[in-house]
Amino acid sequence: MLTAIVVFALLAAAFGLLLGFAAVRFRVESDPIVEKIDAILPQTQCGQCGFPGCRPYAEAIAAGEADINKCPPGGEAVALALADLLGRDPQPLEGEAKAKMVAAIDENTCIGCTLCLQACPVDAIVGAAKQMHTVISSECTGCELCVAPCPVDCIRMEPVREDIGTWKWPYPVIKVTPKKVTEA
Amino acid sequence: MTRILHTFHGGLHLPEHKSESNSRPIAVAPVPRVLVIPVQQHIGQPAKPVVQVGERVLKGQMIAQAEGYVSVPAHASSSGVVVAIEERPVPHPSGLNALCVVIETDGRDEAVDFVPMPEWLKEDPSHLRNRVRDAGIVGLGGAGFPSYVKLNPGPRTVVDTLIINGAECEPYITADDMLMRERADEVIGGVRIMIHALQAGNCVIAVEDNKPEAFAALGEALQRSGRSDIELVQVPTRYPTGGEKQLIKVITGKEVPSAGLPVAIGVVVQNVATAAAVYRAIEQGEPLISRIVTVTGGAVATPHNLEVRIGTPVADLLEFAGGLKSEPERLVLGGPMMGIRLQSREVPITKTAGCVLAPVPGELGERGPTRACIRCGACAEACPVSLLPQQLYWHSRAKDFDKAQDYKLFDCIECGCCTYVCPSNLPLVQFFRFAKTSVWAQEREKKKADRARERHEFRQARIEAEKAEREARLKKKAAADAQGAASPDDAKKAAIQAALERAKAKKAAAAAGDGEQ
Repeated sequence: MLTAIVVFALLAAAFGLLLGFAAVRFRVESDPIVEKIDAILPQTQCGQCGFPGCRPYAEAIAAGEADINKCPPGGEAVALALADLLGRDPQPLEGEAKAKMVAAIDENTCIGCTLCLQACPVDAIVGAAKQMHTVISSECTGCELCVAPCPVDCIRMEPVREDIGTWKWPYPVIKVTPKKVTEA
Repeated sequence: MTRILHTFHGGLHLPEHKSESNSRPIAVAPVPRVLVIPVQQHIGQPAKPVVQVGERVLKGQMIAQAEGYVSVPAHASSSGVVVAIEERPVPHPSGLNALCVVIETDGRDEAVDFVPMPEWLKEDPSHLRNRVRDAGIVGLGGAGFPSYVKLNPGPRTVVDTLIINGAECEPYITADDMLMRERADEVIGGVRIMIHALQAGNCVIAVEDNKPEAFAALGEALQRSGRSDIELVQVPTRYPTGGEKQLIKVITGKEVPSAGLPVAIGVVVQNVATAAAVYRAIEQGEPLISRIVTVTGGAVATPHNLEVRIGTPVADLLEFAGGLKSEPERLVLGGPMMGIRLQSREVPITKTAGCVLAPVPGELGERGPTRACIRCGACAEACPVSLLPQQLYWHSRAKDFDKAQDYKLFDCIECGCCTYVCPSNLPLVQFFRFAKTSVWAQEREKKKADRARERHEFRQARIEAEKAEREARLKKKAAADAQGAASPDDAKKAAIQAALERAKAKKAAAAAGDGEQ
């Protein structure tokens, strides 16, 4: 009887220590599902979902506080991938999916106010106070967050130019030609 | 000893249509008025223009230099003046423009001094490779992969067999056929150089058995060269025997692993025209500035092969070839199976353009109405890569690219056999191209998203750090204020004192520096 109690107490202590060690050693920083959702989101950081960036949106989805169809830049592909990942039903996209855009600053009009610099979520605008600003197009996510703050309206969004390197074969269109009805 | 040949799965026997263009000798096309030379005519990084608008260039002068490892330069193919460096239509299925150097020729055709390398047998393979790169040579069979990269298997890789591809399996095209017939010595010369560059153990030249004249010409040239170690074999005519992996299977019986390169199984394949270009680059010092192009099809008055300068617009080429006798249904660059439809006659002939096909309406076969897939499996039987095109079709059509990749989408060589045999006339290969380019686009977007995330996170961290710093400063100031609130002058004095001390220290340091000097 006593032996049994001692054995079980020892076992309990040993496993307790093991679990405690594992909890410290293999600590998970944050919810891995958030990482997975964040990996699917397009990282434009545009806030069109109503959250201040992609990660907060991912956290909200993980917590079940947000729907999965609030990401217009991601379009249907992202909504479907999220539905697949989370086992939720795919929903029609809220908001319109737009063509990919990139910001461009009219450098003649720019007054160097740095407001767009502060708005850009990915530091894709270079410039300094009272110096001309310009967009690093390759880093621009097309989030449009720099457009509104500009006091002189010198930022415009341009569609991303397609070149031979990025061109995609179109989805094949199968022509359906109705059969001619010959009069008998 | 005769080599035991193997077969690959699938493939087709197609109407050849080769006799139209291979009964006349190769003609040399004149210098066109304008040359349009794209800076990218190869797989890899585009070359960077090194000439200015208004500059006079000579034939063989480098006008764009290679950028990065997988890249080759471009050369002027005649003398003249650079009139523009701008975006022009180029041969590409998209019909989009790309950067080109436009040269207005002066008709004098003055060339730079070509420096031959006659003692190539004593040269280190790396020197030969550099020469091949500087000559701008790419695989002339159609893919346009820089040849010097293929001639560089790496220090630890042993190339067992070099296969020279003279199969030319695509219907209508006879450019390699005529090259082998008329310039067999150049081909053999290039093969010898490539064997040396690769230090290859064996070499096999493969010619389809529908080209007996080319086979005989190569045989004679081999005898003249006295190289009995180079094997010349006839392979059965079947489309796509000229595909790299298919030819390797036929010659060696080995299969290139999925997503792998031939060099993984010790094989390198080079085209016969590439061999001839290598010969010219080494023995004559001439860069790749011309190639043989078949101009054929029912709408062409006299179908034949021409040696054309790279950069010649297709419209000029058609004129040089004797013009069209009727309006073609369309213009195809390449053969009927893998060629691309030209959307403009202004596009130039590039290094990879082997054929201009101008068929009359109905010549390439009418495609009947498209019907639903009946899962007959004819495509799977025809597929030379042993894929399941019907499965790939379902998944590509549904845009389920993960599934399509499970079915080895990227092993598809886009030969078009499945589309050719499909009784429902489904545009199968078009779906696979769509799927492949969509996957690439997704990968690019993913990469871009990852970069954006990284930049965004870095920015957040920076803002946090700045905020923390500011707060710390404010706290410190508040503490200092609380201590010496009564005498703000004290703080000022202390600051002035500190500044004075700093200046003094700087002066002392400067003096010490002078003393040392």
